[in-house]
Amino acid sequence: MPLRSIHAFTGGVHPLGNKNTDVLPSIHLHGFREVELLMQQHIGPPCTCVVHPGDHVDVGTMVGRADKPMAVPVHSSISGTVKEVHYVVSANGAPVEAVRIESDLKHTISPFCRPPKVESFEDFIQMIRDSGLVGLGGAAFPTYIKLNPPKNKMPDTLIVNAAECEPYITADYRQICEHPDDIIDGILCVMKWLEIPTTIIGVEDNKPLVTRIFSHEIKKRVFKTGRHPDIEVRTLKTIYPQGAEKMLIYTLTGRKVPPGKLPIDVHTLVMNVSTLRFIGLYLKEGVPLTRKRMTLDGSALNTPGNFIVPIGARIQDIIEAAGGTREEPKKIIMGGAMMGVALDRIDHGIIKANNAILVFGSEETTLPPESPCIRCGRCVASCPMDLIPCGIDKATRLRDPQMLEKYHVMDCIECGCCTYACPSKRFLTQSIKNGKIMVRAERARIQQEQKLLAESEQKGGSSS
Amino acid sequence: MKLQVSHSPHVRDKATTQSIMLDVIIALLPATFAGWYYFGIRAVLVTLVSVVSCLIFEYISRRVMKRNNTLYDLSAAVTGLLLAMNLPVTIPIYMVVIGACFAIVVVKQMFGGIGNNFVNPAIAARIFLVIAFPKAMTSWTIHSGAWYSFKSVDAVSSATPLTSLGASNEPSLWSLFIGDKAGCIGEVCILALLIGALYLMFRHVIRPWIPAAFIGTFFILVFFFGHTNVLHFTGDLTTSSGWEMLFHECLYMLLSGGLILGAFFMATDYVTSPLTVKGKLIFGAGCGILTFLIRYYGNMAEGVSFSILLMNILTPHIDEWTMGKPFGEVKENAKA
Ligand code: SF4
Ligand code: SF4
Repeated sequence: MPLRSIHAFTGGVHPLGNKNTDVLPSIHLHGFREVELLMQQHIGPPCTCVVHPGDHVDVGTMVGRADKPMAVPVHSSISGTVKEVHYVVSANGAPVEAVRIESDLKHTISPFCRPPKVESFEDFIQMIRDSGLVGLGGAAFPTYIKLNPPKNKMPDTLIVNAAECEPYITADYRQICEHPDDIIDGILCVMKWLEIPTTIIGVEDNKPLVTRIFSHEIKKRVFKTGRHPDIEVRTLKTIYPQGAEKMLIYTLTGRKVPPGKLPIDVHTLVMNVSTLRFIGLYLKEGVPLTRKRMTLDGSALNTPGNFIVPIGARIQDIIEAAGGTREEPKKIIMGGAMMGVALDRIDHGIIKANNAILVFGSEETTLPPESPCIRCGRCVASCPMDLIPCGIDKATRLRDPQMLEKYHVMDCIECGCCTYACPSKRFLTQSIKNGKIMVRAERARIQQEQKLLAESEQKGGSSS
Repeated sequence: MKLQVSHSPHVRDKATTQSIMLDVIIALLPATFAGWYYFGIRAVLVTLVSVVSCLIFEYISRRVMKRNNTLYDLSAAVTGLLLAMNLPVTIPIYMVVIGACFAIVVVKQMFGGIGNNFVNPAIAARIFLVIAFPKAMTSWTIHSGAWYSFKSVDAVSSATPLTSLGASNEPSLWSLFIGDKAGCIGEVCILALLIGALYLMFRHVIRPWIPAAFIGTFFILVFFFGHTNVLHFTGDLTTSSGWEMLFHECLYMLLSGGLILGAFFMATDYVTSPLTVKGKLIFGAGCGILTFLIRYYGNMAEGVSFSILLMNILTPHIDEWTMGKPFGEVKENAKA
């Protein structure tokens, strides 16, 4: 293990870690009266709902079937009766089909759940898909797609993302502290079926315990099997966004993922520790993805901590079950403080990729007014993608798609560093997002125009 | 329950425009005090008039333009302080007010206020005053002795170190360093300026790129080409004393005039300097080259303000040239 923690990309910021909950063991929360399961909890087309009001379901019964490619099935997270199948507005504002299930408070596990038998690569992929697994770090990318890359692009390195660079969140940290063996099982399983020779676990240097736990766990394996599992733990400098895929790959392997490309294009596979832990657990127990470990923190909460909750549980119920609030929440964020979404309602059911709920009281909820850009360059210096956020902001406000393209707006990973650093408190990330929408619209318009032009030319050609 | 909805990120850095400007003011204080110490109470008067009139002009112009009040961001106070530091102590008070008016109203607010001016207001005002009142702006006095006396107003004017290099009254390097020389209020005490500059760098308000490139380029040019100008340099480079003289001249040139003040406090002005590190290096080097050319081949003794002004004007172009490629962008798929 190198003594020096590594930091390779330029930029990044140092928000207060606020890892207040890292020493608190995770608590299982039970007794939710109902859950609301969205039929689309992944990137990709929604599932088809296969239950009807009145049906009885157990924990692990499939309620959403994945018919289309890229879709991942959804399973019931409690046992009880299906009450309603209806459309709701998801946290990011899109309408989605949802199933409301009322609990019988018995928590019976479906008899069909048993440890999977995996004998071939195809079995392995099918198993991952059936388990309902998506990237649990927040991206919600279907894991079975990630693990099934085109044959000419097989990965040679598995990177395990244990950086957890977002402030407040400690769910992965607790995951590692509590289940390191499952994580290593998951890693070994992925390494075996994808024939990946090496694995690197990246841990930020503010979590020395995690490094020790992994090293110990690896030593245990060496002792048990007599050979080293080719897993290496590396310490990274604590800097946000160290855990962003592109940054992590660059720091650990020196490979740069070109804009618009995926990690697999540089023969790397990046997986979050929680995703791997689930694979390890699923191999043992065979219960699909129905529960999620999440961090609840923020000054408005009575008892911040890490909680294991059924997927689909409503945010307000989770907050209540986790100890309630001590002051009226002013802002509730789904996800981390740097990239999470601020909610306007709290009756949403949580989805697979959620890993934190932050309940901010008045002391954390400040929204400083925007003032003019003073060209201090802090946004430029902090951008891990080497963009010029203040220039993009200006271009967006001028509604100038050409200028936006010139500033490479589409390469932004929306990490929020620029907005964090800006002394004028400008909403750079928001403006950049709007800029992306503008560019997409412009590209579509140009495409449309070219199509029409081509068509009319064709017509002109045929008539003459 | 009313919940606030805003776009991520939901945490922000502590630094604000105001805190940055406050840091700049704090960093300028040692040099201001040194100026007051050397030039007496009239220097205090000039400084106060400059700062207060900048604040008043800022307030009035924002009111007239029906825009929000921006006094609290302290940028007008910084401009006022910088302007005062760039004035000779003997300047008539009404000229200070005119300078402040030019800086705030014409250069800053007419272009849209903070962040939109394309040249540094304090520098533009100084150059405006030099052109409008050449005599008042170039009559220098050495300090009057007693700090409380107003007498420096009628003190005999003396040459600045820049014009007395090689002359019999040439000051020693040490007196140049601690500020015992003629010059503008804020530029004389190099020691105090460096303390302020270190503070700014320590607080991450400025980065060393521009000052390093500025001073470095200037030093190298003086070292290699300064001696070709016979007007300045009379040593013989075949002897070791000739080299000593050359080195002495380099240091002398660094410590005199407004070079240190300009390099650390005015060339680093955010609004009018490039955004990227590469751009900042080009900007600093350009300032160094221009300062050298003006000081050695121009007919003005001082070139720092002019060179910064010229580079300010080039800044948008430098930004354009130095816009780097995004992370991971390789040549093949680089878009035009
Ligand atoms: S950080 Fe803010 S004030 Fe500074 S250059 Fe960027 S947008 Fe402008
Ligand atoms: S949000 Fe986009 S522009 Fe801002 S720092 Fe992150 S990648 Fe750069």
